[in-house]
Amino acid sequence: MANLKVQFGSITMKNPLVMASGTFGFGKEYGQLYDIERLGGIATKGLTLEKRSGNTGMRIWETPSGILNSVGLENPGVEAFIKEELPYLNNLNVVKLVNIGGKTLQDYVDAIAMVSKEKADMIELNISCPNVKEGGMAFGITADSTRRIVRAARNATQLPLVVKLSPNAEDIVKAAVVCQEEGADGITLINTVKAMAIDIDKRKSIFDNMYAGLSGPAIKPIALRMVHEVCKNVSIPVMGVGGITTWKDVVEFIMVGATCVQIGTANFIKSTIPLDILEGLEAYMVQEGINSLEEIRGII
Amino acid sequence: MAKIISNREIAPDTYLMAVQGKYSGKMGQFYMLRSWRFYPLLSRPISIHDINDDSISFLYRVAGEGTVLLSQLKTGDELHLEGPFGNGFPELKGKVAIVGGGIGAAPLYYAAKALGSSSEVENLDIYLGFREEPLRLEAFEALANKVRVQLGGNVTELVNPNSYDYIITCGPEAMMEALYKKSVGSSAKVYVSIERHMACGIGACLVCTCETKSGNKKVCKDGPVFLGEEVYHG
Ligand SMILES: Cc1cc2nc3c(=O)[nH]c(=O)nc-3n(C[C@H](O)[C@H](O)[C@H](O)COP(=O)(O)OP(=O)(O)OC[C@H]3O[C@@H](n4cnc5c(N)ncnc54)[C@H](O)[C@@H]3O)c2cc1C
Ligand SMILES: Cc1cc2nc3c(=O)[nH]c(=O)nc-3n(C[C@H](O)[C@H](O)[C@H](O)COP(=O)(O)O)c2cc1C
Ligand code: FES
Repeated sequence: MANLKVQFGSITMKNPLVMASGTFGFGKEYGQLYDIERLGGIATKGLTLEKRSGNTGMRIWETPSGILNSVGLENPGVEAFIKEELPYLNNLNVVKLVNIGGKTLQDYVDAIAMVSKEKADMIELNISCPNVKEGGMAFGITADSTRRIVRAARNATQLPLVVKLSPNAEDIVKAAVVCQEEGADGITLINTVKAMAIDIDKRKSIFDNMYAGLSGPAIKPIALRMVHEVCKNVSIPVMGVGGITTWKDVVEFIMVGATCVQIGTANFIKSTIPLDILEGLEAYMVQEGINSLEEIRGII
Repeated sequence: MAKIISNREIAPDTYLMAVQGKYSGKMGQFYMLRSWRFYPLLSRPISIHDINDDSISFLYRVAGEGTVLLSQLKTGDELHLEGPFGNGFPELKGKVAIVGGGIGAAPLYYAAKALGSSSEVENLDIYLGFREEPLRLEAFEALANKVRVQLGGNVTELVNPNSYDYIITCGPEAMMEALYKKSVGSSAKVYVSIERHMACGIGACLVCTCETKSGNKKVCKDGPVFLGEEVYHG
């Protein structure tokens, strides 16, 4: 019998599939469509200290094998999340990652401190959102700013801290090493790739915010390369994200060293796609005589 | 996976597709459709055009890559669909008008069927505007005593809002907005069906936002049907 269980630092997950932030809301909607307790984990929509109404104008654009999104961290704010959304999540037997974004260092620290008083399994520190001008990704670009924010976040919480890095970072390996040095418990990578699309009739960007974030199969090869590079250089566990759509994609990410993976855009292809992936993964392990994903992790 | 019963071009670039199976859904709700595996990435939101005991049908206009693929489906081919999603039109009573523009007529047939058979509805009139060729006219005519069609020009000119308690409309944004504005101060409450590009279709990803008087709403979940006064400035 194949065992899909994975150990991410101190956290045990029943399988390596975590739903990526921003593509799964706070779980409720998908929970009405299928048994989401079969998932390994759920990362919440990115939360900020204060409520945000997000970007105006077009927020989604389909591209070959991908999508561009310009949601701009619309969210109810941490307090409303704790009151209205967290109870539902806490009733579920899945690992909960609370994804936190912010404008200023202090915003991050305050939001993290608030969440840390509640029952949550991990903080996912989002320093990689390309869709808000004033922050988020700015922290994830240079190693110095990454260090500052991770240090502050580390001091603000006892919960396991996972840092979500940006493919737009100057040096992804350096950023990851800094996270490890500052006491992060793990790394999620990658967030969306800063990109754009043009409306030639209007002679303007499709997006009010000019740029947007590219996700989906189009970015998978980039994500895979980055996860490989990072896994070679840090000892803390990594969640691989970017374009994962099939069980084969999961195997690829595990082979380059990821401990678990996140499924984002693929949820939009078919709501129950994670279940197809789980089924395929299990069949693959049985066929290959693999008892634990540990056997193929980081073999490349 | 569901099987295609038929997929006919009933007007230039406009298809009526029937799909086998037992489906549920209220008037104004939609399904997310795809007849391909992974590419194009997103499923296409298409309104319920009609539901019978053992089939559901969709009326759609070929717009781009996805609807071209749908238009190529033959009897017996497979389609993946998820739904029904969205709030749909509310149950109405009294005097009701249905106003459609172009392919906006698609959800209104199922609405006309439901409202036409409701004992609460005293009177149902249907107004349809098309650029050239009317869509499903005979089918609509079987559902209401009065069906008025405008070819070219502006269908909203035919509608007197003071004759109605409720108006439901789907069509080009400019048409719906004009109709709403015309109704301000009249006896009629106007419900409009809004379009936005969608990804999840169920309210989880926040890409389909519509700004309303009571804040951001998700068109896929809180809509696609909104009160005109919520989305348009009167
Ligand atoms: C709730 C709802 C109900 C709808 N019902 C119908 C219907 O019954 N019949 C019908 O013909 N059309 C309907 N539409 C519009 C239909 O979804 C689009 O025409 C279709 O998605 C276009 O896809 P495409 O691949 O052919 O075009 P492309 O332009 O190639 O599509 C590219 C992307 O943009 C999206 N997109 C493009 N135009 C629209 C649009 N107008 N609305 C939403 N997304 C769009 C597509 O879904 C896709 O993700 C509905 C839209 C919504 C939101
Ligand atoms: C619509 C949408 C919203 C997203 N919102 C967030 C967010 O709030 N916080 C975050 O850290 N990442 C966010 N992401 C990024 C995803 O979590 C993920 O890192 C990225 O999409 C790459 O994975 P994928 O190709 O599997 O989607 C969002 C992605 C999409 C498509
Ligand atoms: S399409 Fe995802 S929230 Fe509406």
